[in-house]
Amino acid sequence: MKLALRVVEREPAPAPDEQKRSLDGLGLRPFEESVRVGQGEPLRALEPSVLQINVGKVCNQTCLHCHVDAGPHRRESMSQGVMDACLRYAERPSVRTVDITGGAPEMHPRFRWLVEQSRRLDKHVIDRCNLTIMDTPTHRDLPEFFARHQVEVVCSLPHYRAPSTDRQRGDGVFHKSIKGLRALNAVGYGQGDPERRLVLVMNPVGAYLPGSQETLERDWKRELWRLHGVTFDELFCITNMPISRYLSWLEESGNLRDYMEKLVQQFNPATLDGLMCRTTLSVGWDGLLYDCDFNQMLDLTVESGARRIEDMDGRSVGGRRVVVGQHCFGCTAGAGSSCGGETTG
Amino acid sequence: MGQYYHSEDLAKFPGIADHASDLGEKFFAWYSAVFKEGALSEREKALIALAVAHAIQCPYCIDAYSTGALQKGADPAQMTEAVHVASAIRGGASMVHGMQMKRHVDKVSM
Repeated sequence: MKLALRVVEREPAPAPDEQKRSLDGLGLRPFEESVRVGQGEPLRALEPSVLQINVGKVCNQTCLHCHVDAGPHRRESMSQGVMDACLRYAERPSVRTVDITGGAPEMHPRFRWLVEQSRRLDKHVIDRCNLTIMDTPTHRDLPEFFARHQVEVVCSLPHYRAPSTDRQRGDGVFHKSIKGLRALNAVGYGQGDPERRLVLVMNPVGAYLPGSQETLERDWKRELWRLHGVTFDELFCITNMPISRYLSWLEESGNLRDYMEKLVQQFNPATLDGLMCRTTLSVGWDGLLYDCDFNQMLDLTVESGARRIEDMDGRSVGGRRVVVGQHCFGCTAGAGSSCGGETTG
Repeated sequence: MGQYYHSEDLAKFPGIADHASDLGEKFFAWYSAVFKEGALSEREKALIALAVAHAIQCPYCIDAYSTGALQKGADPAQMTEAVHVASAIRGGASMVHGMQMKRHVDKVSM
């Protein structure tokens, strides 16, 4: 049975200024104040060890919670010149990981080239994969390509059963995701081999925080094996950030105030040291620089002399003050949240 | 007429210890320990709590464990089955007492 992916057309996310007003207008404790109370000084970044490259916003899905507002209708795509500048930056010994994201980064015409060049620099490469892309005619060989280049594949699966997954990510996504996971397992991914690392990401399918990552990982491993014969290496639990499409959903469903109050109440100063903005430099499709992918979607460029990756030759962004806003409470609630899962424990 | 239940009271639950702090401390320590992972997983305990919340019809518990079960990785279908379990036990408890009715009827009837 061929199951088609039903892509829902979504309203565009509000402009960044409007999103900021929605969050600031709630009158909750400012994030900067929580940081000051938590560690006595503003948040500062270290020299980046992760170069996260957003190659564009085109995607074959339109997930309800997407912070990129990605979809098949998007046209933003990184140029060769910007990609070259990313690789020049990645040559630095301080950069250990090249983390490629999107949209669906594999849809970029130079995606594979970027992976190959990053591996030539002996950098660890992460691909943020939606799994369903591997079931499209031009991308069916992605598992073999990933295996050949020891790419760490990080993919989303909000639940080990179809209804919740499809509600968040679109009708048909769950079955195609399982197909994709089986294809990755078939080439050695998800079986404990550090060169074939398969990570699943779970975002809550609603206005609540994720439970314990350790406990959920045990459940996901047991049930995915029992129900679908699929294995993986690690589960990351990532809190939904109150921006973009997810913010729109929070507002439309009447959950925004409660959700933000929960995030603020559960601010955990122990998460500050492990925040991804401290060790990541995020590059937008157009070459602009950000402290993280979320700031990228809010057009909050870095506070640094250079604002573009092309201007970074010989320059450093280590020690910079991180640009923060009320959305940052998403990364500091409870056990903390990042592109690498929980940031405490 | 005013309402008896106020959903905002759930967040203020620790305040029940205000006039009996020692007992309150013991209760909340035990409560917290009950829901930690043990022989049963956190998700199993959350689903049990959800089922019991429906059996005793506590609106605070229903709210708390609806969110709690979701956080622990349950989905709406699993949670609905838990409500059915609660309902089956409640309904079943009435039905099985019908065996007492049958015993009595059998005794006094010709």
